[in-house]
Amino acid sequence: MPPDDHSESPQSSITLLGPQRRPRVDAVLHSLELHSARAAIINAGWREREPEDELLVSHTSGNAVNLRLWHRMQEVWDADPEFAAADRRRRMILEEMQDLYVIALDHVIDALRAMRDRVPRSERIQQTALADAEQIMRQIDQRHLERVNEVHATFWESWPPHERPAVQQRRELVTAELADAEVILVPGGHVGVLVGAMHLFNIAPQLRVPIVAWGAGAMALTDRVVLFHDRAAHGPSVSEVFTSGLGLVKDTVAFPGARERLDLGNQVRMGVLARRFSPAQCLMLNDRARVDILPGGGLPDDAPVLDTDGHQTLMGTVR
Amino acid sequence: MSISLPPQPMRETTRGKLAINTLRAQDNLDEAAVDAFLHERQVPIIEGAKCTFLYRGEADEVHLLHRIVNQDQRVPLRRIEHTSLWYVIIELPYGSRVEYQLQLTRDGGTVQGNDPLNPRVAHSPVGSSSVCQAVGYVTPAWTQPDPEARPGELLDLVLPSKALRRETHSRVYLPARYRPSSAYPLLIVHDGDDYLNYSSMKTVLDNLIHNLDMAETIVVFANPGDRMREYPNYAPHARHLVSELIPHLEEHYPVMRRPEGRALMGASFGAVASMSVAFRNPDMFGSLLLQSGSFVFTDIGDDHGGGPAFDPVVKFMNHYRARPRKVADRLFVSCGVYEPLIVPNRSMVPVWESTGSTVRYVEARDGHSWENWRDRLRDGLSWIYPGPQKFVYE
Repeated sequence: MPPDDHSESPQSSITLLGPQRRPRVDAVLHSLELHSARAAIINAGWREREPEDELLVSHTSGNAVNLRLWHRMQEVWDADPEFAAADRRRRMILEEMQDLYVIALDHVIDALRAMRDRVPRSERIQQTALADAEQIMRQIDQRHLERVNEVHATFWESWPPHERPAVQQRRELVTAELADAEVILVPGGHVGVLVGAMHLFNIAPQLRVPIVAWGAGAMALTDRVVLFHDRAAHGPSVSEVFTSGLGLVKDTVAFPGARERLDLGNQVRMGVLARRFSPAQCLMLNDRARVDILPGGGLPDDAPVLDTDGHQTLMGTVR
Repeated sequence: MSISLPPQPMRETTRGKLAINTLRAQDNLDEAAVDAFLHERQVPIIEGAKCTFLYRGEADEVHLLHRIVNQDQRVPLRRIEHTSLWYVIIELPYGSRVEYQLQLTRDGGTVQGNDPLNPRVAHSPVGSSSVCQAVGYVTPAWTQPDPEARPGELLDLVLPSKALRRETHSRVYLPARYRPSSAYPLLIVHDGDDYLNYSSMKTVLDNLIHNLDMAETIVVFANPGDRMREYPNYAPHARHLVSELIPHLEEHYPVMRRPEGRALMGASFGAVASMSVAFRNPDMFGSLLLQSGSFVFTDIGDDHGGGPAFDPVVKFMNHYRARPRKVADRLFVSCGVYEPLIVPNRSMVPVWESTGSTVRYVEARDGHSWENWRDRLRDGLSWIYPGPQKFVYE
């Protein structure tokens, strides 16, 4: 987390949407009475395709600015090779940590499967052992996230971004462009790149107007980013805690495109997922989903979530 | 970890009379009836697990030739009386893909060739074969050109090799949106041109990278000189890859310079070459992708029955099995259940696992063929170099 990140700053409404392959951002903006508002677009998750925002702009009043965070991040790396090299080292450390963490998770998942498949002499003892193994998983998740946060904290402490002219100049440009924005749109893309760019340019404290986000954008606004893909080409992979998000949506793990990416029919798997991140809620952001976050960052009663048995339900029923 | 064949759905069996038996039951069979029977009919005729192979023409004998292990590989066709139509019914399990030819005997002479009634043909360096796609087999969509996928670029690379005492000819694949400022994992492919020509590997790479199934990767398609000498555990080949080719690539392309960013792959003897290079250079390669490896070994004596070409392979494999050690952190291994190499491949999985490698093992109802290796590429490539799919959320 950057040292000058102020997640307590006041901010306005947050609306999370499902994937926008058939975009309905215009209808959402209308319903929020923001259809003629000046929009700022954070499209960094799409990396080199960041400038391809024509369709999105057409869903706004047309009065929109693309903050070009990815492009500006490349400029920073070019202008400040020392800083870029330090960032590369940080990423390599994080990559290795992530690999090792996933190996540990895989073993716990295998253990859970073996324990569950065993014909129990006592069901109570089996359930206790399963709960203990799930607890170990939660501890691994928690410890991993703490260590990831430590790596980020050490990095920002060693390389204060406000002391790097290349960063500071571009932060000022971004701040100026955000100053007159009346709504901020955060689409999907690569969640790691998006979160990284938002941290680098210290976006969190500047989010004081309504935000509409989806895909990786929705994940970035929560307090914990979890990677998931039960239908990966090489078979289902274990969901993995990746990093802290901006923390504007509280106690929530966002699962964009859940129907496509999660094995929702597998209630055992979904139950483990829900219990693993409890008391945070697993928010299912499917195609037509729209979730208007409560003031304070909580989920509304009509938010689609998983209950601890792995069934899809609404937030109101699990509160 | 091991993965085996998908289960065969029970409902894919056929009830009722097979088409060929309905024809045979007709009265007054003649060539006109055969014409009507064959009209717009795909051959072989697939009815559940039953595959009816046909030949139409004059011959003394007709045989179906295939290479399914543990089966009669020369199967006679029967002529239907009063017609020029020959047939044989073979049962093939769900998802099978079998390459075959027909052999005709007439007036004491024999000729062998592809099935003239079947337009499906697979190509290889040694010629082409007809293809029977049994029920459940579907050519994977990602093996076909996708206009949405931005193509990568193939560059010729000619590199003199002191180790091999010859000029080497390779092709370097640079993924679409290649940026010299990025760092890419490296994959070196044995029998490179064959993978390009017979396994559509450039198309596959373009598609897998476009679909985020596979990381953007620099792929070097290397080609052998004397393949039967260079691939079965040949020290100069290993020296060439490690001391000449990789340093050249590191100098001219932004490839990762650490084991997890280096992988070798190959099929058949190319798999043996991949394994032996990694064995000779521990900690150099993070992953191996081994398809239908010719991992022939003996448990007693030296009589392996594979002919002289396999002598150096057996020597290497026996040596390795006596004192196995880790060749790479991750091994993707695939093999067809219809090829004789299925036994040594299955046998090697626990040996590799015993060294601490993570092994992903996949079987297919297919043979020792380039289309089998093509069809397993997504499983393998997306596992050794996973794409950013898990990071990307629309």
